[in-house]
Parts: sequence; C-alpha cells; structure tokens
Amino acid sequence: MAVCVAVIAKENYPLYIRSSPTENELKFHYMVHTSLDVVDEKISAMGKALVDQRELYLGLLYPTEDHKVYGYVTNSKVKFVMVVDSSNTALRDNEIRSMFRKLHSSYTDVMCNPFYNPGDRIQSRAFDSMVTSMMVQVC
Amino acid sequence: MEAAAGGGCGSGPPLLLSEGEQQCYSELFARCAGAAGGGPVSGPPEAGRAVPGAVTAAAGTVADLFRASQLPAETLHQITELCGAKRVGYFGPTQFYIALKLIAAAQSGLPVRIESIKCELPLPRFMMSKTDAEIRFGNPAELHGPKAQIPYSVTEKNTFKRMDDEDKQQETQSPTMSPLASPPSSPPHYQRVPLSHGYSKLRSSTEQMHPAPYEARQPLVQPEGPSSGAPGAKPPRHQASLIRSFSVEREPHDNSSNYPEEPWRITEEQREYYINQFRSLQPDPSSFISGSVAKNFFTKSKLSIPELSYIWELSDADCDGALTLPEFCAAFHLIVARKNGYPLPEGLPPTLQPEYLQAAFPKPKRECTLFDSYSESMPANQQPRDLNRMEKLSIKDMADFPVPAQDVTSDDKQEQNKARLALKSTVDEALPKDMSEDPATSKDSNSLKARPRSRSYSSTSIEEAMKRGEDPPTPPPRPQKTHSRASSLDLNKVFQPSVPATKSGLLPPPPALPPRPCPSQSEQASEAEIHPQLNRAPSQAADSSPTKKDTPYSQPPSKPIRRKFRPENSATENQEPSSTVGGPASAATGKPHTAVQKQSSKQKKAIQTAIRKNKEANAVLARLNSELQQQLKEVHQERIALENQLEQLRPVTVL
Repeated sequence: MAVCVAVIAKENYPLYIRSSPTENELKFHYMVHTSLDVVDEKISAMGKALVDQRELYLGLLYPTEDHKVYGYVTNSKVKFVMVVDSSNTALRDNEIRSMFRKLHSSYTDVMCNPFYNPGDRIQSRAFDSMVTSMMVQVC
Repeated sequence: MEAAAGGGCGSGPPLLLSEGEQQCYSELFARCAGAAGGGPVSGPPEAGRAVPGAVTAAAGTVADLFRASQLPAETLHQITELCGAKRVGYFGPTQFYIALKLIAAAQSGLPVRIESIKCELPLPRFMMSKTDAEIRFGNPAELHGPKAQIPYSVTEKNTFKRMDDEDKQQETQSPTMSPLASPPSSPPHYQRVPLSHGYSKLRSSTEQMHPAPYEARQPLVQPEGPSSGAPGAKPPRHQASLIRSFSVEREPHDNSSNYPEEPWRITEEQREYYINQFRSLQPDPSSFISGSVAKNFFTKSKLSIPELSYIWELSDADCDGALTLPEFCAAFHLIVARKNGYPLPEGLPPTLQPEYLQAAFPKPKRECTLFDSYSESMPANQQPRDLNRMEKLSIKDMADFPVPAQDVTSDDKQEQNKARLALKSTVDEALPKDMSEDPATSKDSNSLKARPRSRSYSSTSIEEAMKRGEDPPTPPPRPQKTHSRASSLDLNKVFQPSVPATKSGLLPPPPALPPRPCPSQSEQASEAEIHPQLNRAPSQAADSSPTKKDTPYSQPPSKPIRRKFRPENSATENQEPSSTVGGPASAATGKPHTAVQKQSSKQKKAIQTAIRKNKEANAVLARLNSELQQQLKEVHQERIALENQLEQLRPVTVL
C-alpha cells in the first residue's frame, strides 16, 4: 500500500501525483522531487551501454526513516515513483513490482486515449481509481 | 450497524450508517432527545428496537434541527412523512436517523425518497454551530435496500435518479447519487442503478407497488402504494403525471427489457445513424476506427476535451486506441446523451457494452423481406458476393451513386450488414464490386441517408456499367469499375438484348421501396437537359454508346433479313424489298410474272418479317432508351447529393 504515487514526465515535471491525505502532502512532493535525482543517476549509470537491457524497475531508490521510495522508468523516460511506509514490512519487492506494472499498464491505457496529449496532466478516472486501489486506505 | 425496522416501531428501513454518520446522528439524537428531557437516549440504535416507545426525540427540537438544515419546509414535511415519524407519531431513533439521512440526501440535491438513503451520502448540514454535522465525511458504508415499509411521497422535484450499483461502491468516491434530469444542483457524479433490483426489494415489502409499468417506461422511481399512510393517496396520481412528463422528456427509445437505463439504450434509428457515421469514417464495419480519426470526428461535437476523453475512456473497452463498431456506437451515444444534457455515467452502462451492442444488433425486418423478395426475383443473376464486399458498401453515403448500387449481395449473414443489405437492391449482378469504392464512400459525409439508399434500388448491372464508364464526378478510385465493362458493355448489350431487357424489366419494382427520389418521366426529361451539363463525359459516352448500339442493332436486323431472303430468293436475284436494305432490292428486275408473283408474296413475308424485326429492334431500343433515362436520372441524383454534401461540409457540424 503506497502512501504516495507520482508519475513524472520525461522532462521531470509531474504528470500525476497523489498522496494519502492524512499526512503532509508537501513532504511527499519534496520526497518525489529529490528522488528524481536518484532515478536519473540510476538510469544514466545503467543506460550507457545496455539501454535495451535496462530493467524498468529500479528498485529502492532511497530510504528515509519513515518511508521508502521506489522507482520505475519506462522506455520513454516517464518515471513512476512510489513512496511506501517503512513500517509496512509486509510489502515485498514482488508486490512493489506488480504495483508498478499495474501503474504502467494504466498509464498505457491513458496514452491510448486519443484525446490525451502526451505531457498533459493525467485526468483519467480509470487511472485515478487504479491508484486509489493501490494507496493506503484512509478512514 | 443496522437500524432494523423493528416491528414495534413499525417503521424504518434498515439503514447502514458509517461510523461517522453513526456518531453524528446519535449525537444529534441525543441533543434533541436530551433537550426535551424525553426518554433516555440510547446510543446504538439497536436499543431502539427493544424499547420502542421509550426513546424519542422531542418534536420541537427535531423540528428546529430540521429547519436548521435550511431545506424548504415542504421538503422537511416530506422527510418527516417518509421517515415515518408522522405515522408513528414520534421521532424514535430509527425515524430520526432516517430523517437525517433524507436531509442529507435532500441537501445533496436528491429527491426525498427511501432510495436516496441507500447510498453513500454526506452528513446532513445544519446551520447550528454546535453540531458536528457540518463535517462531511466520506461515506464508504454501503446501504442495502430497505424493506421499505414506509410509504414515501413523491416530491415536486421528482426526477429520475440512479442508485448505486453495489459493485460500483468499491470506490471511495464521495456522494454520488444525483437525479438524471438536469437540475442544476445535481452533483456531477453518476452511478448507474439497477432500479429493477431496488424495486424488487421494495416490492418485497408489505406495501403495494404502484401499478405503473416502470419497466416499460422510463425508469422513474415509483413510490409505493399508499396502503399504510395518508401520503400514499396523492403519490400515485403524481406518479402517473410525473411519469408521463418524464417519458416525454426522455428520448423515446423505450424498449422493455431487463435494463432500465433507458437513456443509455440505443434505438433503431440511432443505431442506423451511428453505423452510417461509422461507415463514413471506416467503410469496413468489422474493422475499427483509429484514434486520431475518431478524435477528429468527435471533436466536431464541440464537447470539451476532458469530457471527450472521459467518453473515450468509457467506450474504448479494450483500451486499444481504436474503436470497433460497437465501441463507436457506445461513444457516439454517450456524446449524444451528453449533448442532450445527460451527465455522463460513472461506468459504461450495460446497454452500451460492446458485447451487448454486438449481440443486440438489429435486423430490420421490413428491409429483410424486401431484400429476400429481390433475391428471389433475381436468382439467376446473383453471383455469390463476398461479405467483405458488402461490408465495404456504405448505406448512407449514397451520395455516391455507384457505391450503393453495388451493395447488393445475396448473403445476409452478418447481422450488422443486414440493414444495409436489405437496403441495397439485389439487382446488381455482374459488376465486380471492389474495395476501390471505399475511399469514395469515406469521402462522403453523412448527410444523405435516405436518398442514397433509394438509389441503390434502381441500379442494374448495365446501368452501373454504363455509369461507371461515364462517371467522372464520383470520387476517384473506381478504375476497375470503369474500365471493366465500359468497353465491352455495348457489345454485351448488343448481343444479349434479352438480358438487359429482363434487367430493365426488373427495374420498376425497386422504386416502390422507401425513399426513392421520384423517378418521374418529367424529371428524366429535365435531367436529360441537365445531364449534359453535369456530365459531359457521361453524355458523350451516352451519346456514343447509343450510337454504337444503334448501328449494331440496325445491322443485325437487316442481316437476318437479308439472309433470310437469300434462301427464299435462291432462284432469283431479286432482293428483298426490305426497308433496311433498299439498294439491293431496287436491282430486282426482269423477272417472269410468276416469279414476280412469288416474289410479291415472298416480299410480303419478307416485309412482315422485316416489320417484326424492326419492331423488335424498336423494343430493344426503347428499353435502352429507358435505361439511359434511368441512368440520367441517377446521375442527376448523384449530382444533387454531391451538392448537398458540399453544403453540409461547409458548416462542418456533424453532431
């Protein structure tokens, strides 16, 4: 269960960012922003020679005391960043991967919509509902 | 927890309240009851069951509370009636809770009905500062259908309302119900409601159901029978009038079926229209429309991009970026509904699901029978047509005359094409239909549905061939059609006069069918004048072809005559005095008298033969003439159609 989910465009501006409402959203925005550097570092380190083989799932980007941040990059350099609660120890890597896969497929569905211009904010309700299902259930 | 309808209380549908609601309502109840110093307030409403009369809220305090909700007095009156307090004479916890829910519903813009409280609702807002009711909680609690022993009345703002689908309540979306008709205060979210489901539950209650056939009508909410209360007497009458008014409001597609969502049902005409539109974009109904094409098309509807995006999201079920025919129909229908003011649903209604649409593809019966009759009439000439070919033919853009003409096929397997099929005449046989028509059809836009269809009936192979040969104005690529028969046509016509005769003979029946542009002779005459203006090439071809035909026609009759005469006049060199062959006849001289007499009788025979032959030739030529006239008329029609298209393309508004 993620606490915050963000979709970042290739130019590093957010296409979609959503946090659990209970906590300070600004903190999450900041965390996602700082994680972009880590993402860039990872893809540049891996991507020089092995662009094709670069795995989309980046794994744990960096941990903080309360949260862990995971990253995922698509082939078009669209980044998905997910922040999970550190106390949620039941979450395993596989689950994170599957969550990212769901994100990716929903994102693809959004792209398929001819009325969506790449670079717009994502306003698809289906995408929203999918992210909601992944996020921590408040109340 | 539930506030079950206790028998002792004799009221109260079972309610499911969320924690927040629970808390809030109990607090309010406590306030009301405590203020009056009435019976002991119990927190959990189950206690109310056990102590029917003991827990009440003072009517005065309750009235104050309700007034603080800033609802109109009438609404409050209805709410109190609905919740049963009036009936039982006091505000027990169940009544109070129901009333609070109804207030919340009313504040959300929903009609005051029992169904309103089945869904998630915000908390009711009261202007009293001390209540915590102003906090709106999201309501994830699901409310189940009540046993509805309370009669409820129809409110003035009686509007169609959709209720939650149980499966749709998984999303923690904020309050979602709203009436379908467009009161301005309605929240933007919609959920489809299986009203029949709700009604079945209501039916199970003791109240008598309103006899109105809600399934056959628009799915309006029907109040229950007034068996248990005074308010019931009025509602049925209100109901009927309201139902009638609503059915007038709604679009008249009203198929009694399992699905009560009438606004989301596609009627026959709508389906035809959508299919025509689809064909205008993509001639092959089994194929799909790409996203960009569809985007351009739907953008013409002048809906906002986010709405169009959402409509796409709803209708593109497989999310492949392309629309198949059922998906396209669903999207189009949603757009039409949206333009008519219906807010968009949360999810794709079942009547718009692709599977449903595909299964429910209609077969217009009358057209089928007509088609069958045609196919019977022309059995010999029917060649097996590919379904593909048929699919390529568009019904509606019959602005293209040749295109619809070719639509005839003998097979009607595909349901989608059945309508089209039936509309096309089966007269066409020999002409090879080809895909080259498709770009032509795609060029035509939607305007001329009726006319094109009619044109298809009139086509015959000959006419089409001739038309193909003569037809420059039709959109480009029809080369195969043109050259396939143009050169050989005349010869065919010449040497098989019987065939064209039969075909032209079969021409007259088609005009009886639907909206055929009037095939009057006077029109033909006028078209004959217009014809040269319209199609110079066609006219030339027409001129050339008749001339070509004439000479061959003239020759064969003479030849047989000549030949016939020769054996008869084997003994003499006297040639026949046939009119067509005057030269040799004049050489007849110097015969013995008897020979002359024989010759005269033979001449008579010859003359009669010649007359007969000439008559035949006349008949053939007359038929040819009529066919040409027919073509003329059709070309004229095509021209009109193209002009109309042009006009309609200018304003560009399709939808």
